[in-house]
Amino acid sequence: MSAITSETTPAIVVPPLAKSPGYWAGVWRRFKYDKVAVAAGIVVLLIILMAVFADYIAPADPTRSSMLRRLRPIGTPGYPLGADELGRDMLSRLIHGARLSLFMGVVPVFVAFFLGSIIGVSAGFFGGKFNTITMRTVDVFYAFPSVLLAIALSGALGAGITNSLISLTIVFIPPIARIAESVTTQVRSMDYVEAARASGAGSGTIIRVHVLGNVLGPIFVYATSLISVSMILASGLSFLGLGTKPPTPEWGLMLNTLRTAIYVQPWVAALPGVAIFITSISFNLLSDGLRSAMDVKG
Amino acid sequence: MLTYLAKRILYVLPVAFGVSLFCFLLVHIAPGDPLTSVLPPDASQAMQDELRRIYGFDRPLPVQFGLWLMKALQGDLGTSIATGRPVAAEVWRAVGNTLLIAILATIIGFLLGSFFGFVAGYFRGSWLDKMASIVAVLGVSVPHYWLGMVMVIVFSVQLGWLPPGGAGPGGSAAWKWDWEHVSYMILPAITMSVIPMGIVARTVRALVADILNQEFVPALRAKGLMDFGVFKHVVKNAAPTALAVMGLQLGYLLGGSILIETVFSWPGTGFLLGNAIFQRDLPLLQGTILVLAMFFVTLNVLVDIVQGLLDPRVRRR
Repeated sequence: MSAITSETTPAIVVPPLAKSPGYWAGVWRRFKYDKVAVAAGIVVLLIILMAVFADYIAPADPTRSSMLRRLRPIGTPGYPLGADELGRDMLSRLIHGARLSLFMGVVPVFVAFFLGSIIGVSAGFFGGKFNTITMRTVDVFYAFPSVLLAIALSGALGAGITNSLISLTIVFIPPIARIAESVTTQVRSMDYVEAARASGAGSGTIIRVHVLGNVLGPIFVYATSLISVSMILASGLSFLGLGTKPPTPEWGLMLNTLRTAIYVQPWVAALPGVAIFITSISFNLLSDGLRSAMDVKG
Repeated sequence: MLTYLAKRILYVLPVAFGVSLFCFLLVHIAPGDPLTSVLPPDASQAMQDELRRIYGFDRPLPVQFGLWLMKALQGDLGTSIATGRPVAAEVWRAVGNTLLIAILATIIGFLLGSFFGFVAGYFRGSWLDKMASIVAVLGVSVPHYWLGMVMVIVFSVQLGWLPPGGAGPGGSAAWKWDWEHVSYMILPAITMSVIPMGIVARTVRALVADILNQEFVPALRAKGLMDFGVFKHVVKNAAPTALAVMGLQLGYLLGGSILIETVFSWPGTGFLLGNAIFQRDLPLLQGTILVLAMFFVTLNVLVDIVQGLLDPRVRRR
């Protein structure tokens, strides 16, 4: 019955409000025309896909060694990128290495983005003594050069993937918290926050709607710029022997174990570094593109 | 200026205190007993207790921290567990070696970086700008330990021009300022200079572009100044910030040299840290990190002070 009425009543069709092209549409439009950033984004995407589907792409088992085929040059039949010091296929190891290298580079930044934002935003929003105590503590960690802090922590905690992840996360929390705090302090004194408060909004609503909405963008852009540093540092820890253990393929560790081979097969030994370099530069260019597309200052 | 000075120093004292607390706690977040690496596996309980008492590990933590801090302030950083030598002496010798290449690297990086940054900022949008920006991005994205390896491959293995590592025929103890010894510094210093070069280039480019957009520049041109005159004004305005960035970069290099020193077996603090970590020599680890972090903190304050001297606007912040 109701179905019939609804069909018979001449419905007043309210056209859906033409949604104004929002902020994100603008960001995407600007990003699309930034050729360098798009190219970098595609490379990052390919590396991620390579890591995810490593089992299907890699031509050989990355851990199968062969004493007869040690240190083959690039272009050896069956070994397109040569063989490493234990006769394992370099191409397969580089493809599989993307997994751990990406994971160890990206995860700390994301965890630090989450924790650093909480610390920075609450310090900036509540201000006063809480801000002083929190930010001075952050300053202590900020007083260490990042490489030194990462090595100090993982050196004390001991080698291993988990310990590297913990150390790198601790390294990236202070810079993110500082940015979050300074952006939040600026936003907090804006007129619209005052207006929201006057119209009866509680702290929770103000933080959720007004502060986070305006603060997360800049913090996120800053955090993406740290991914490249994090990749280099994470592989650096493995290079020192503080990250993962052999025979797991990881670019930093591969660079370390191949270091003695530079007199025999120099260019094979340098390959893992090329992988780190390409990934790190792509993340950097992608982050630069995001920054200008999102129109973030600083 | 005096109030500014006092403010900076008052601000840094709690940070320095926090840094030393962190270094102290490093030993205690480490898993396992710090003594396990020196004790023979069959050590008796009495011997363990005796050593624990000698190293002071039997006292409550705050007391240990107090005693450790007092000693550290007097220049006593304890005894290396692995070698039995005083930590302070080892760290100072290593800091000297690291400073050698870090300062050289900072100078190279600053000169090249400000050149590229200046050209890029002055001719913004031109192909020169694009080239310089590419160099800057490459500089900040390159894994420097890999660059070090490539340097060794090219200049030592393939061309045979420069030694691949070490600090000269007699080690760092027999250091002399002649070509034979200096040649050992070149590859590590150039490798190290790539990071500050990228960062300085980026900063200077932004600074120069910003200054050229300010109103006083057309005013200077209207006054009849030619390019070189304007150039002098731009340099004067960009210098304080650029110098500050350079100072901070020196600090980062001091702390970040471990990877490059490992590649080149350069006997500096990074090398020492590596040994400390793999022999689980915690007093040495603690001492090295404390000295490096304090260097960095002090350098930060110095940079702020110099910047305040050069640029009165900084003082009013």
